[in-house]
Amino acid sequence: MLQYTLRKLLHTGLVALGVVTLVFIALRASGDPAATMLPGDASVEELGALRRQLGLDRPVWLQYVQFLGAAVTGDFGTSFRHQQPALPLVLERLPATLELAGAALLLALALALPLGILAAVHRGRLIDVAAMAFAVVGQATPYFWMGIMLILIVSVELGWLPTSGRGGLERLILPAITLGTHFAASLARLTRTSMLEVFGQQFVTTARAKGLSEWSVVLAHTLKNAAVPVITLIGLQFGTLLGGAVVTETIFAWPGVGRLAVQSVFVRDYPVVQAGVFVLALTFVAINLLVDLLYGVLDPRIRRE
Amino acid sequence: MSDAVVLVAAVPTRRRRLPLTVVLPAIPVVLAVLLAALAPWVAPQSPTSGNLALRLKPPAWQEAGSAERLLGTDLLGRDVLSRLIWGARVSLLIALVATLIGAVVGSVIGLVAGFYRGTADTILTKLVDVQLAFPFVLLAIAVVAVAGPSVPVLIVVLAIGAWVGHARIVRGLVLSLRERDYVQAALALGAGTPRILVRHLVPEVLSTIIVLATFDVGRIIILESTLSFLGLGVQPPTPSWGSDLRDAAVYVRQAWWTSAFPGLAIMAVVLAINLLGDGLRDWLDPRTVRGDGR
Repeated sequence: MLQYTLRKLLHTGLVALGVVTLVFIALRASGDPAATMLPGDASVEELGALRRQLGLDRPVWLQYVQFLGAAVTGDFGTSFRHQQPALPLVLERLPATLELAGAALLLALALALPLGILAAVHRGRLIDVAAMAFAVVGQATPYFWMGIMLILIVSVELGWLPTSGRGGLERLILPAITLGTHFAASLARLTRTSMLEVFGQQFVTTARAKGLSEWSVVLAHTLKNAAVPVITLIGLQFGTLLGGAVVTETIFAWPGVGRLAVQSVFVRDYPVVQAGVFVLALTFVAINLLVDLLYGVLDPRIRRE
Repeated sequence: MSDAVVLVAAVPTRRRRLPLTVVLPAIPVVLAVLLAALAPWVAPQSPTSGNLALRLKPPAWQEAGSAERLLGTDLLGRDVLSRLIWGARVSLLIALVATLIGAVVGSVIGLVAGFYRGTADTILTKLVDVQLAFPFVLLAIAVVAVAGPSVPVLIVVLAIGAWVGHARIVRGLVLSLRERDYVQAALALGAGTPRILVRHLVPEVLSTIIVLATFDVGRIIILESTLSFLGLGVQPPTPSWGSDLRDAAVYVRQAWWTSAFPGLAIMAVVLAINLLGDGLRDWLDPRTVRGDGR
Protein backbone atom coordinates (compact mmCIF):
# COMPACT_ATOMS: atom_id res chain seq x y z
CA MET A 1 0.00 0.00 0.00
CA LEU A 2 2.90 2.38 0.75
CA GLN A 3 4.36 1.86 -2.67
CA TYR A 4 0.96 2.38 -4.21
CA THR A 5 0.50 5.60 -2.24
CA LEU A 6 3.90 6.93 -3.31
CA ARG A 7 3.17 6.10 -6.93
CA LYS A 8 -0.16 7.89 -6.73
CA LEU A 9 1.47 10.93 -5.09
CA LEU A 10 3.97 11.15 -7.93
CA HIS A 11 1.17 10.79 -10.45
CA THR A 12 -0.79 13.55 -8.70
CA GLY A 13 2.25 15.82 -8.83
CA LEU A 14 2.40 15.31 -12.59
CA VAL A 15 -1.32 15.95 -13.00
CA ALA A 16 -0.99 19.13 -10.92
CA LEU A 17 1.83 20.26 -13.20
CA GLY A 18 -0.38 19.48 -16.19
CA VAL A 19 -3.25 21.47 -14.71
CA VAL A 20 -1.04 24.48 -13.98
CA THR A 21 0.30 24.29 -17.53
CA LEU A 22 -3.23 24.13 -18.90
CA VAL A 23 -4.21 27.21 -16.90
CA PHE A 24 -1.09 29.02 -18.13
CA ILE A 25 -1.85 28.19 -21.76
CA ALA A 26 -5.49 29.24 -21.38
CA LEU A 27 -4.53 32.56 -19.80
CA ARG A 28 -1.69 33.44 -22.17
CA ALA A 29 -3.10 32.15 -25.44
CA SER A 30 -6.31 34.11 -25.15
CA GLY A 31 -4.91 37.64 -25.34
CA ASP A 32 -2.97 40.37 -23.61
CA PRO A 33 -3.91 40.58 -19.91
CA ALA A 34 -2.40 44.08 -19.71
CA ALA A 35 -4.81 45.33 -22.36
CA THR A 36 -7.69 43.60 -20.56
CA MET A 37 -6.81 45.13 -17.21
CA LEU A 38 -6.42 48.74 -18.31
CA PRO A 39 -9.35 50.95 -19.31
CA GLY A 40 -9.87 51.42 -23.05
CA ASP A 41 -8.36 54.92 -23.15
CA ALA A 42 -5.01 53.93 -21.60
CA SER A 43 -1.91 55.22 -23.39
CA VAL A 44 0.72 53.06 -25.04
CA GLU A 45 3.19 54.04 -22.28
CA GLU A 46 0.82 52.88 -19.55
CA LEU A 47 0.29 49.63 -21.39
CA GLY A 48 4.04 49.10 -21.75
CA ALA A 49 4.60 49.86 -18.07
CA LEU A 50 1.98 47.36 -16.97
CA ARG A 51 3.31 44.73 -19.34
CA ARG A 52 6.77 45.17 -17.81
CA GLN A 53 5.33 45.07 -14.31
CA LEU A 54 3.51 41.80 -15.08
CA GLY A 55 6.55 40.38 -16.83
CA LEU A 56 4.70 40.05 -20.13
CA ASP A 57 7.61 41.53 -22.09
CA ARG A 58 9.76 38.51 -21.32
CA PRO A 59 10.06 35.36 -23.42
CA VAL A 60 7.23 32.84 -23.02
CA TRP A 61 9.33 30.10 -21.44
CA LEU A 62 10.52 32.56 -18.79
CA GLN A 63 6.92 33.62 -18.15
CA TYR A 64 6.02 29.96 -17.76
CA VAL A 65 8.83 29.39 -15.24
CA GLN A 66 7.73 32.49 -13.33
CA PHE A 67 4.13 31.30 -13.40
CA LEU A 68 5.20 27.96 -11.96
CA GLY A 69 7.20 29.82 -9.31
CA ALA A 70 4.19 31.95 -8.44
CA ALA A 71 2.01 28.86 -8.25
CA VAL A 72 4.43 27.13 -5.88
CA THR A 73 4.88 30.16 -3.61
CA GLY A 74 1.22 31.12 -3.86
CA ASP A 75 2.03 34.63 -5.06
CA PHE A 76 -0.54 35.58 -7.71
CA GLY A 77 -0.19 39.33 -7.22
CA THR A 78 -2.50 41.84 -5.59
CA SER A 79 -6.22 42.15 -6.25
CA PHE A 80 -6.98 45.51 -7.85
CA ARG A 81 -10.39 45.70 -6.35
CA HIS A 82 -9.64 44.57 -2.82
CA GLN A 83 -6.06 45.84 -2.57
CA GLN A 84 -5.05 42.56 -0.92
CA PRO A 85 -2.95 39.61 -2.04
CA ALA A 86 -5.13 37.50 -4.34
CA LEU A 87 -4.49 34.03 -2.90
CA PRO A 88 -5.66 34.61 0.71
CA LEU A 89 -8.72 36.32 -0.70
CA VAL A 90 -9.56 33.17 -2.64
CA LEU A 91 -8.65 30.74 0.13
CA GLU A 92 -10.99 32.61 2.46
CA ARG A 93 -13.84 31.59 0.16
CA LEU A 94 -12.76 27.96 -0.30
CA PRO A 95 -14.60 26.52 2.76
CA ALA A 96 -17.90 27.84 1.39
CA THR A 97 -17.33 26.14 -1.96
CA LEU A 98 -16.29 22.87 -0.32
CA GLU A 99 -19.32 22.99 1.94
CA LEU A 100 -21.60 23.38 -1.06
CA ALA A 101 -19.86 20.74 -3.17
CA GLY A 102 -19.74 18.33 -0.21
CA ALA A 103 -23.43 18.77 0.56
CA ALA A 104 -24.31 18.27 -3.11
CA LEU A 105 -22.18 15.13 -3.25
CA LEU A 106 -23.82 13.66 -0.14
CA LEU A 107 -27.25 14.47 -1.49
CA ALA A 108 -26.41 12.92 -4.85
CA LEU A 109 -25.14 9.75 -3.18
CA ALA A 110 -28.17 9.52 -0.90
CA LEU A 111 -30.43 9.82 -3.93
CA ALA A 112 -28.52 7.94 -6.60
CA LEU A 113 -27.27 4.85 -4.78
CA PRO A 114 -30.65 3.57 -3.53
CA LEU A 115 -32.21 4.53 -6.85
CA GLY A 116 -29.56 2.77 -8.90
CA ILE A 117 -29.60 -0.33 -6.70
CA LEU A 118 -33.39 -0.57 -6.69
CA ALA A 119 -33.48 -0.09 -10.46
CA ALA A 120 -30.95 -2.90 -10.93
CA VAL A 121 -32.72 -5.28 -8.53
CA HIS A 122 -36.10 -4.62 -10.14
CA ARG A 123 -34.80 -4.44 -13.66
CA GLY A 124 -37.48 -3.67 -16.24
CA ARG A 125 -40.11 -2.89 -13.61
CA LEU A 126 -41.78 0.42 -12.95
CA ILE A 127 -39.16 1.62 -10.45
CA ASP A 128 -36.42 0.94 -13.01
CA VAL A 129 -38.22 2.92 -15.68
CA ALA A 130 -38.93 5.77 -13.25
CA ALA A 131 -35.34 5.91 -11.99
CA MET A 132 -33.94 5.98 -15.50
CA ALA A 133 -36.46 8.60 -16.59
CA PHE A 134 -35.28 10.73 -13.67
CA ALA A 135 -31.70 10.17 -14.78
CA VAL A 136 -32.29 11.11 -18.41
CA VAL A 137 -34.29 14.23 -17.57
CA GLY A 138 -31.81 15.22 -14.83
CA GLN A 139 -28.93 15.06 -17.27
CA ALA A 140 -30.73 17.33 -19.72
CA THR A 141 -31.54 20.01 -17.14
CA PRO A 142 -29.07 22.88 -16.86
CA TYR A 143 -27.98 23.69 -13.28
CA PHE A 144 -28.79 27.34 -13.43
CA TRP A 145 -32.31 26.85 -14.69
CA MET A 146 -33.03 24.30 -12.01
CA GLY A 147 -31.76 26.81 -9.43
CA ILE A 148 -33.98 29.58 -10.76
CA MET A 149 -37.03 27.30 -10.78
CA LEU A 150 -36.32 26.13 -7.23
CA ILE A 151 -36.09 29.74 -6.08
CA LEU A 152 -39.32 30.53 -7.88
CA ILE A 153 -41.29 27.57 -6.52
CA VAL A 154 -39.82 26.85 -3.10
CA SER A 155 -38.80 30.34 -2.00
CA VAL A 156 -41.11 32.75 -3.81
CA GLU A 157 -44.34 30.78 -4.20
CA LEU A 158 -44.20 28.56 -1.11
CA GLY A 159 -41.98 30.79 1.02
CA TRP A 160 -40.31 27.78 2.63
CA LEU A 161 -36.62 28.58 2.25
CA PRO A 162 -34.49 31.71 1.84
CA THR A 163 -33.24 32.52 -1.67
CA SER A 164 -29.63 33.46 -1.12
CA GLY A 165 -26.56 33.78 1.06
CA ARG A 166 -24.77 31.33 3.32
CA GLY A 167 -25.35 30.32 6.93
CA GLY A 168 -27.47 27.62 8.45
CA LEU A 169 -28.91 24.50 6.88
CA GLU A 170 -31.91 26.31 5.42
CA ARG A 171 -29.67 28.31 3.11
CA LEU A 172 -27.71 25.25 2.03
CA ILE A 173 -30.64 23.08 0.94
CA LEU A 174 -31.61 24.71 -2.37
CA PRO A 175 -28.07 25.21 -3.69
CA ALA A 176 -27.21 21.63 -2.73
CA ILE A 177 -30.27 20.27 -4.55
CA THR A 178 -29.44 22.39 -7.60
CA LEU A 179 -25.89 21.14 -7.76
CA GLY A 180 -26.58 17.59 -6.63
CA THR A 181 -29.42 16.56 -8.94
CA HIS A 182 -27.43 16.62 -12.17
CA PHE A 183 -24.73 14.54 -10.54
CA ALA A 184 -27.27 12.15 -9.03
CA ALA A 185 -28.64 11.51 -12.51
CA SER A 186 -25.39 10.19 -13.97
CA LEU A 187 -24.52 8.41 -10.72
CA ALA A 188 -27.84 6.54 -10.66
CA ARG A 189 -27.32 5.29 -14.20
CA LEU A 190 -23.83 4.08 -13.50
CA THR A 191 -24.78 2.44 -10.19
CA ARG A 192 -27.51 0.52 -12.00
CA THR A 193 -25.17 -0.62 -14.79
CA SER A 194 -22.36 -1.71 -12.53
CA MET A 195 -24.76 -3.56 -10.22
CA LEU A 196 -26.23 -5.39 -13.21
CA GLU A 197 -22.75 -6.28 -14.37
CA VAL A 198 -21.75 -7.76 -11.02
CA PHE A 199 -25.09 -9.60 -10.76
CA GLY A 200 -24.03 -11.63 -13.78
CA GLN A 201 -20.84 -12.92 -12.17
CA GLN A 202 -20.32 -16.36 -10.74
CA PHE A 203 -19.75 -15.50 -7.09
CA VAL A 204 -23.16 -13.86 -6.99
CA THR A 205 -24.74 -17.02 -8.35
CA THR A 206 -22.80 -18.96 -5.72
CA ALA A 207 -24.04 -16.69 -2.97
CA ARG A 208 -27.59 -17.17 -4.17
CA ALA A 209 -27.08 -20.93 -4.45
CA LYS A 210 -25.86 -20.98 -0.87
CA GLY A 211 -29.33 -19.74 0.02
CA LEU A 212 -28.31 -16.29 1.20
CA SER A 213 -31.11 -13.78 1.39
CA GLU A 214 -31.50 -11.47 -1.59
CA TRP A 215 -30.58 -8.45 0.50
CA SER A 216 -27.43 -10.07 1.70
CA VAL A 217 -26.54 -10.85 -1.91
CA VAL A 218 -27.19 -7.28 -2.98
CA LEU A 219 -25.56 -5.46 -0.11
CA ALA A 220 -22.71 -7.73 0.95
CA HIS A 221 -21.65 -9.29 -2.32
CA THR A 222 -22.66 -7.06 -5.16
CA LEU A 223 -22.45 -3.52 -3.83
CA LYS A 224 -18.83 -3.62 -2.77
CA ASN A 225 -17.77 -4.94 -6.13
CA ALA A 226 -19.90 -2.46 -7.99
CA ALA A 227 -18.36 0.37 -5.98
CA VAL A 228 -15.17 0.81 -7.97
CA PRO A 229 -16.65 2.27 -11.18
CA VAL A 230 -19.00 4.37 -9.07
CA ILE A 231 -16.11 5.84 -7.08
CA THR A 232 -14.21 6.49 -10.32
CA LEU A 233 -17.16 8.46 -11.59
CA ILE A 234 -17.29 10.46 -8.35
CA GLY A 235 -13.63 11.39 -8.76
CA LEU A 236 -13.96 12.23 -12.44
CA GLN A 237 -17.18 14.12 -11.96
CA PHE A 238 -15.92 16.12 -9.02
CA GLY A 239 -14.46 18.50 -11.58
CA THR A 240 -17.90 18.94 -13.10
CA LEU A 241 -19.25 19.42 -9.60
CA LEU A 242 -16.76 22.24 -8.94
CA GLY A 243 -17.67 23.79 -12.29
CA GLY A 244 -21.33 23.52 -11.39
CA ALA A 245 -20.55 25.13 -8.04
CA VAL A 246 -19.38 28.22 -9.94
CA VAL A 247 -22.83 28.51 -11.51
CA THR A 248 -24.78 27.56 -8.39
CA GLU A 249 -22.88 30.06 -6.25
CA THR A 250 -23.75 32.79 -8.72
CA ILE A 251 -27.49 32.03 -8.62
CA PHE A 252 -27.76 31.76 -4.86
CA ALA A 253 -25.24 34.52 -4.00
CA TRP A 254 -23.23 31.83 -2.20
CA PRO A 255 -19.92 33.41 -1.13
CA GLY A 256 -17.60 30.82 -2.66
CA VAL A 257 -14.54 30.79 -4.91
CA GLY A 258 -16.54 30.37 -8.12
CA ARG A 259 -18.69 33.43 -7.61
CA LEU A 260 -15.62 35.47 -6.71
CA ALA A 261 -13.85 34.31 -9.88
CA VAL A 262 -16.82 35.16 -12.12
CA GLN A 263 -17.28 38.58 -10.51
CA SER A 264 -13.56 39.21 -10.92
CA VAL A 265 -13.82 38.56 -14.67
CA PHE A 266 -16.28 41.45 -14.98
CA VAL A 267 -14.17 43.94 -13.00
CA ARG A 268 -11.04 42.69 -14.76
CA ASP A 269 -9.43 41.67 -11.49
CA TYR A 270 -6.99 39.40 -13.28
CA PRO A 271 -4.89 38.22 -10.27
CA VAL A 272 -8.02 37.01 -8.47
CA VAL A 273 -9.30 35.15 -11.56
CA GLN A 274 -5.93 33.46 -11.88
CA ALA A 275 -5.77 32.51 -8.19
CA GLY A 276 -9.40 31.35 -8.17
CA VAL A 277 -9.01 29.07 -11.19
CA PHE A 278 -5.79 27.75 -9.76
CA VAL A 279 -7.21 26.95 -6.31
CA LEU A 280 -10.27 25.18 -7.72
CA ALA A 281 -8.09 23.20 -10.11
CA LEU A 282 -5.83 22.02 -7.29
CA THR A 283 -8.84 21.16 -5.13
CA PHE A 284 -9.96 18.94 -7.95
CA VAL A 285 -6.53 17.30 -8.22
CA ALA A 286 -6.49 16.65 -4.46
CA ILE A 287 -9.93 15.01 -4.57
CA ASN A 288 -8.77 12.73 -7.35
CA LEU A 289 -5.77 11.66 -5.28
CA LEU A 290 -8.16 10.81 -2.48
CA VAL A 291 -10.29 8.74 -4.86
CA ASP A 292 -7.22 6.91 -6.16
CA LEU A 293 -6.15 6.02 -2.63
CA LEU A 294 -9.66 4.87 -1.78
CA TYR A 295 -9.49 2.51 -4.75
CA GLY A 296 -6.40 0.86 -3.38
CA VAL A 297 -8.25 0.20 -0.15
CA LEU A 298 -11.37 -1.15 -1.84
CA ASP A 299 -9.75 -3.30 -4.47
CA PRO A 300 -6.33 -4.71 -3.54
CA ARG A 301 -5.87 -5.91 -7.15
CA ILE A 302 -5.43 -2.29 -8.25
CA ARG A 303 -2.44 -1.76 -5.94
CA ARG A 304 -0.38 -4.34 -7.78
CA GLU A 305 -0.94 -2.98 -11.25
CA MET B 1 -25.97 7.68 -21.70
CA SER B 2 -22.94 6.45 -20.03
CA ASP B 3 -23.54 2.91 -19.31
CA ALA B 4 -26.06 0.86 -21.20
CA VAL B 5 -23.03 0.40 -23.39
CA VAL B 6 -21.75 -2.68 -21.71
CA LEU B 7 -25.09 -4.38 -21.83
CA VAL B 8 -25.77 -3.93 -25.50
CA ALA B 9 -25.45 -7.34 -27.03
CA ALA B 10 -23.65 -7.57 -30.32
CA VAL B 11 -26.82 -8.06 -32.30
CA PRO B 12 -26.17 -7.84 -36.01
CA THR B 13 -27.96 -4.68 -37.06
CA ARG B 14 -29.99 -4.25 -40.16
CA ARG B 15 -29.20 -0.78 -41.31
CA ARG B 16 -31.78 -0.46 -44.01
CA ARG B 17 -34.61 0.93 -41.96
CA LEU B 18 -34.27 3.54 -39.22
CA PRO B 19 -35.54 2.18 -35.89
CA LEU B 20 -38.11 4.06 -33.82
CA THR B 21 -35.52 4.80 -31.14
CA VAL B 22 -33.80 7.01 -33.71
CA VAL B 23 -36.84 8.41 -35.50
CA LEU B 24 -38.85 9.48 -32.44
CA PRO B 25 -36.20 11.64 -30.75
CA ALA B 26 -35.14 12.95 -34.17
CA ILE B 27 -38.54 14.57 -34.70
CA PRO B 28 -38.22 17.29 -32.01
CA VAL B 29 -34.58 17.84 -32.99
CA VAL B 30 -35.47 18.38 -36.64
CA LEU B 31 -38.37 20.59 -35.59
CA ALA B 32 -36.08 22.78 -33.46
CA VAL B 33 -33.55 23.05 -36.28
CA LEU B 34 -36.30 23.98 -38.75
CA LEU B 35 -37.72 26.64 -36.42
CA ALA B 36 -34.24 28.03 -35.90
CA ALA B 37 -33.44 28.07 -39.61
CA LEU B 38 -36.75 29.67 -40.51
CA ALA B 39 -36.72 32.14 -37.60
CA PRO B 40 -37.24 35.29 -39.73
CA TRP B 41 -40.41 33.77 -41.22
CA VAL B 42 -41.89 31.84 -38.31
CA ALA B 43 -41.20 34.17 -35.38
CA PRO B 44 -44.41 36.16 -34.80
CA GLN B 45 -42.65 39.32 -33.57
CA SER B 46 -39.26 41.00 -33.70
CA PRO B 47 -36.90 39.43 -31.15
CA THR B 48 -35.06 42.67 -30.35
CA SER B 49 -37.51 45.56 -30.56
CA GLY B 50 -39.99 45.52 -27.73
CA ASN B 51 -43.13 47.45 -27.02
CA LEU B 52 -42.73 49.03 -23.58
CA ALA B 53 -46.47 49.45 -23.28
CA LEU B 54 -46.75 45.64 -23.38
CA ARG B 55 -43.97 44.80 -20.92
CA LEU B 56 -44.24 41.72 -18.68
CA LYS B 57 -47.41 40.41 -20.30
CA PRO B 58 -48.16 36.86 -19.08
CA PRO B 59 -48.68 33.93 -21.48
CA ALA B 60 -51.88 33.79 -23.54
CA TRP B 61 -53.71 31.32 -21.29
CA GLN B 62 -53.47 33.62 -18.28
CA GLU B 63 -56.01 36.36 -17.68
CA ALA B 64 -53.95 39.35 -18.77
CA GLY B 65 -52.38 37.46 -21.67
CA SER B 66 -53.15 37.80 -25.35
CA ALA B 67 -52.95 35.44 -28.31
CA GLU B 68 -50.55 37.80 -30.04
CA ARG B 69 -47.93 37.20 -27.36
CA LEU B 70 -48.37 33.46 -26.87
CA LEU B 71 -45.67 33.00 -24.24
CA GLY B 72 -45.86 36.54 -22.86
CA THR B 73 -43.34 39.39 -23.00
CA ASP B 74 -40.17 40.26 -21.08
CA LEU B 75 -39.15 43.35 -19.10
CA LEU B 76 -38.57 45.35 -22.30
CA GLY B 77 -41.85 44.25 -23.87
CA ARG B 78 -40.20 41.79 -26.26
CA ASP B 79 -42.08 38.68 -27.32
CA VAL B 80 -40.77 35.65 -25.39
CA LEU B 81 -41.74 33.13 -28.10
CA SER B 82 -39.96 35.13 -30.81
CA ARG B 83 -36.85 35.40 -28.67
CA LEU B 84 -36.97 31.65 -28.08
CA ILE B 85 -37.10 30.95 -31.81
CA TRP B 86 -34.30 33.39 -32.61
CA GLY B 87 -32.42 32.16 -29.57
CA ALA B 88 -32.59 28.63 -30.96
CA ARG B 89 -30.82 29.96 -34.03
CA VAL B 90 -27.93 31.34 -31.98
CA SER B 91 -27.70 28.48 -29.47
CA LEU B 92 -28.00 25.65 -32.03
CA LEU B 93 -25.65 27.28 -34.52
CA ILE B 94 -22.97 27.82 -31.88
CA ALA B 95 -23.36 24.26 -30.61
CA LEU B 96 -23.21 22.75 -34.11
CA VAL B 97 -20.18 24.76 -35.22
CA ALA B 98 -18.30 24.11 -31.97
CA THR B 99 -19.11 20.38 -32.15
CA LEU B 100 -18.02 20.19 -35.78
CA ILE B 101 -14.69 21.90 -35.07
CA GLY B 102 -14.14 19.78 -31.97
CA ALA B 103 -15.05 16.54 -33.73
CA VAL B 104 -12.86 17.18 -36.78
CA VAL B 105 -9.82 18.42 -34.85
CA GLY B 106 -10.17 15.76 -32.15
CA SER B 107 -10.68 12.90 -34.60
CA VAL B 108 -7.75 13.89 -36.80
CA ILE B 109 -5.47 14.16 -33.77
CA GLY B 110 -6.77 10.86 -32.39
CA LEU B 111 -6.36 9.16 -35.76
CA VAL B 112 -2.78 10.30 -36.20
CA ALA B 113 -1.79 9.64 -32.58
CA GLY B 114 -3.32 6.16 -32.59
CA PHE B 115 -1.69 5.27 -35.89
CA TYR B 116 1.83 6.56 -35.22
CA ARG B 117 1.95 6.13 -31.42
CA GLY B 118 5.35 7.17 -29.96
CA THR B 119 6.24 10.05 -27.63
CA ALA B 120 3.83 12.56 -29.12
CA ASP B 121 1.03 10.08 -28.48
CA THR B 122 2.09 9.60 -24.84
CA ILE B 123 2.12 13.36 -24.23
CA LEU B 124 -1.22 13.74 -25.99
CA THR B 125 -2.79 11.02 -23.87
CA LYS B 126 -1.66 12.72 -20.68
CA LEU B 127 -2.88 16.12 -21.89
CA VAL B 128 -6.25 14.65 -22.82
CA ASP B 129 -6.56 12.93 -19.43
CA VAL B 130 -5.85 16.17 -17.60
CA GLN B 131 -8.21 18.23 -19.71
CA LEU B 132 -11.02 15.69 -19.67
CA ALA B 133 -11.04 15.79 -15.93
CA PHE B 134 -10.48 19.53 -15.59
CA PRO B 135 -13.57 21.57 -14.68
CA PHE B 136 -14.50 23.03 -18.06
CA VAL B 137 -16.16 26.14 -16.67
CA LEU B 138 -12.85 27.14 -15.06
CA LEU B 139 -11.05 26.86 -18.38
CA ALA B 140 -13.74 28.99 -19.97
CA ILE B 141 -13.47 31.60 -17.21
CA ALA B 142 -9.72 31.79 -17.69
CA VAL B 143 -10.01 32.26 -21.45
CA VAL B 144 -12.90 34.72 -21.37
CA ALA B 145 -11.20 36.72 -18.61
CA VAL B 146 -8.48 37.62 -21.08
CA ALA B 147 -10.11 37.39 -24.51
CA GLY B 148 -13.40 39.00 -23.51
CA PRO B 149 -16.87 37.53 -24.10
CA SER B 150 -17.97 37.22 -27.75
CA VAL B 151 -19.46 34.59 -30.03
CA PRO B 152 -16.19 33.62 -31.81
CA VAL B 153 -14.39 33.29 -28.47
CA LEU B 154 -17.30 31.23 -27.18
CA ILE B 155 -17.14 28.86 -30.16
CA VAL B 156 -13.41 28.35 -29.74
CA VAL B 157 -13.78 27.72 -26.01
CA LEU B 158 -16.57 25.18 -26.58
CA ALA B 159 -14.59 23.46 -29.34
CA ILE B 160 -11.70 23.17 -26.89
CA GLY B 161 -14.17 21.47 -24.56
CA ALA B 162 -15.22 19.04 -27.30
CA TRP B 163 -12.05 17.90 -29.07
CA VAL B 164 -10.59 15.82 -26.24
CA GLY B 165 -13.41 13.27 -26.12
CA HIS B 166 -13.03 12.60 -29.84
CA ALA B 167 -9.25 12.44 -29.69
CA ARG B 168 -9.36 9.92 -26.89
CA ILE B 169 -11.94 7.57 -28.31
CA VAL B 170 -10.69 7.67 -31.91
CA ARG B 171 -7.14 7.07 -30.72
CA GLY B 172 -8.24 4.04 -28.74
CA LEU B 173 -10.14 2.61 -31.69
CA VAL B 174 -7.30 3.18 -34.15
CA LEU B 175 -4.80 1.59 -31.78
CA SER B 176 -6.67 -1.70 -32.04
CA LEU B 177 -7.79 -1.32 -35.67
CA ARG B 178 -4.26 -0.86 -37.00
CA GLU B 179 -3.36 -4.34 -35.78
CA ARG B 180 -6.21 -5.93 -37.72
CA ASP B 181 -5.28 -8.21 -40.56
CA TYR B 182 -6.86 -6.12 -43.28
CA VAL B 183 -4.87 -3.03 -42.27
CA GLN B 184 -1.67 -5.04 -42.00
CA ALA B 185 -2.46 -6.55 -45.39
CA ALA B 186 -2.95 -3.11 -46.90
CA LEU B 187 0.38 -2.04 -45.39
CA ALA B 188 2.07 -5.13 -46.78
CA LEU B 189 0.61 -4.43 -50.21
CA GLY B 190 2.36 -1.08 -50.07
CA ALA B 191 -0.61 1.22 -49.45
CA GLY B 192 0.54 4.65 -48.28
CA THR B 193 -0.34 5.96 -44.86
CA PRO B 194 -2.85 8.57 -46.09
CA ARG B 195 -4.65 5.88 -48.07
CA ILE B 196 -4.84 3.56 -45.08
CA LEU B 197 -6.07 6.35 -42.83
CA VAL B 198 -8.73 7.57 -45.23
CA ARG B 199 -9.82 4.35 -46.92
CA HIS B 200 -9.53 1.83 -44.11
CA LEU B 201 -9.61 3.57 -40.75
CA VAL B 202 -11.94 6.56 -41.17
CA PRO B 203 -14.93 4.46 -42.31
CA GLU B 204 -14.45 2.19 -39.29
CA VAL B 205 -14.48 5.02 -36.77
CA LEU B 206 -17.06 7.22 -38.48
CA SER B 207 -20.13 5.81 -36.75
CA THR B 208 -18.44 6.25 -33.37
CA ILE B 209 -17.62 9.86 -34.21
CA ILE B 210 -21.21 10.52 -35.27
CA VAL B 211 -22.65 9.12 -32.04
CA LEU B 212 -20.13 10.99 -29.90
CA ALA B 213 -20.78 14.23 -31.79
CA THR B 214 -24.52 13.84 -31.24
CA PHE B 215 -24.02 13.65 -27.48
CA ASP B 216 -21.61 16.58 -27.77
CA VAL B 217 -24.22 18.84 -29.35
CA GLY B 218 -26.44 18.31 -26.32
CA ARG B 219 -23.59 18.83 -23.88
CA ILE B 220 -22.44 21.96 -25.67
CA ILE B 221 -25.92 23.49 -25.76
CA ILE B 222 -25.92 23.23 -21.96
CA LEU B 223 -22.36 24.58 -21.69
CA GLU B 224 -23.11 27.47 -24.04
CA SER B 225 -26.24 28.42 -22.14
CA THR B 226 -24.35 28.12 -18.85
CA LEU B 227 -21.57 30.43 -20.01
CA SER B 228 -24.06 32.87 -21.52
CA PHE B 229 -26.03 32.76 -18.27
CA LEU B 230 -22.87 33.68 -16.35
CA GLY B 231 -22.33 36.60 -18.74
CA LEU B 232 -19.28 34.94 -20.31
CA GLY B 233 -20.93 33.97 -23.60
CA VAL B 234 -23.49 35.50 -25.93
CA GLN B 235 -24.05 39.15 -25.04
CA PRO B 236 -27.39 40.99 -25.06
CA PRO B 237 -29.32 42.08 -27.05
CA THR B 238 -28.53 38.99 -29.16
CA PRO B 239 -31.13 36.41 -28.14
CA SER B 240 -29.76 33.13 -26.78
CA TRP B 241 -31.43 30.78 -24.32
CA GLY B 242 -28.70 31.23 -21.72
CA SER B 243 -28.33 34.99 -21.88
CA ASP B 244 -32.12 35.46 -21.85
CA LEU B 245 -32.22 33.48 -18.61
CA ARG B 246 -29.54 35.74 -17.18
CA ASP B 247 -31.82 38.76 -17.58
CA ALA B 248 -34.97 36.90 -16.65
CA ALA B 249 -33.62 35.44 -13.40
CA VAL B 250 -33.42 38.95 -11.95
CA TYR B 251 -37.17 39.51 -12.13
CA VAL B 252 -38.35 35.90 -11.83
CA ARG B 253 -40.67 36.99 -8.98
CA GLN B 254 -42.59 39.32 -11.26
CA ALA B 255 -42.63 37.12 -14.36
CA TRP B 256 -42.08 33.37 -14.13
CA TRP B 257 -42.63 32.84 -17.84
CA THR B 258 -39.51 34.69 -18.99
CA SER B 259 -37.40 32.24 -16.95
CA ALA B 260 -39.42 29.07 -17.41
CA PHE B 261 -39.63 28.87 -21.21
CA PRO B 262 -35.97 29.29 -22.24
CA GLY B 263 -35.05 26.62 -19.69
CA LEU B 264 -37.76 24.27 -20.94
CA ALA B 265 -36.49 24.82 -24.48
CA ILE B 266 -32.95 23.85 -23.48
CA MET B 267 -34.20 20.83 -21.57
CA ALA B 268 -36.46 19.56 -24.35
CA VAL B 269 -33.84 19.93 -27.07
CA VAL B 270 -31.02 18.43 -25.01
CA LEU B 271 -33.23 15.56 -23.88
CA ALA B 272 -34.21 14.78 -27.48
CA ILE B 273 -30.59 14.99 -28.64
CA ASN B 274 -29.39 12.67 -25.86
CA LEU B 275 -32.11 10.14 -26.66
CA LEU B 276 -31.19 10.43 -30.33
CA GLY B 277 -27.59 9.71 -29.36
CA ASP B 278 -28.71 6.63 -27.40
CA GLY B 279 -30.77 5.46 -30.34
CA LEU B 280 -27.97 6.04 -32.85
CA ARG B 281 -25.52 4.23 -30.63
CA ASP B 282 -27.69 1.14 -30.36
CA TRP B 283 -28.38 1.25 -34.08
CA LEU B 284 -24.84 1.87 -35.30
CA ASP B 285 -23.48 -0.22 -32.43
CA PRO B 286 -20.23 1.49 -31.44
CA ARG B 287 -20.08 0.08 -27.96
CA THR B 288 -17.28 2.26 -26.66
CA VAL B 289 -19.09 5.59 -26.76
CA ARG B 290 -20.48 7.20 -23.67
CA GLY B 291 -22.45 10.37 -23.40
CA ASP B 292 -20.06 12.23 -21.16
CA GLY B 293 -17.25 12.05 -23.69
CA ARG B 294 -15.08 9.70 -21.75
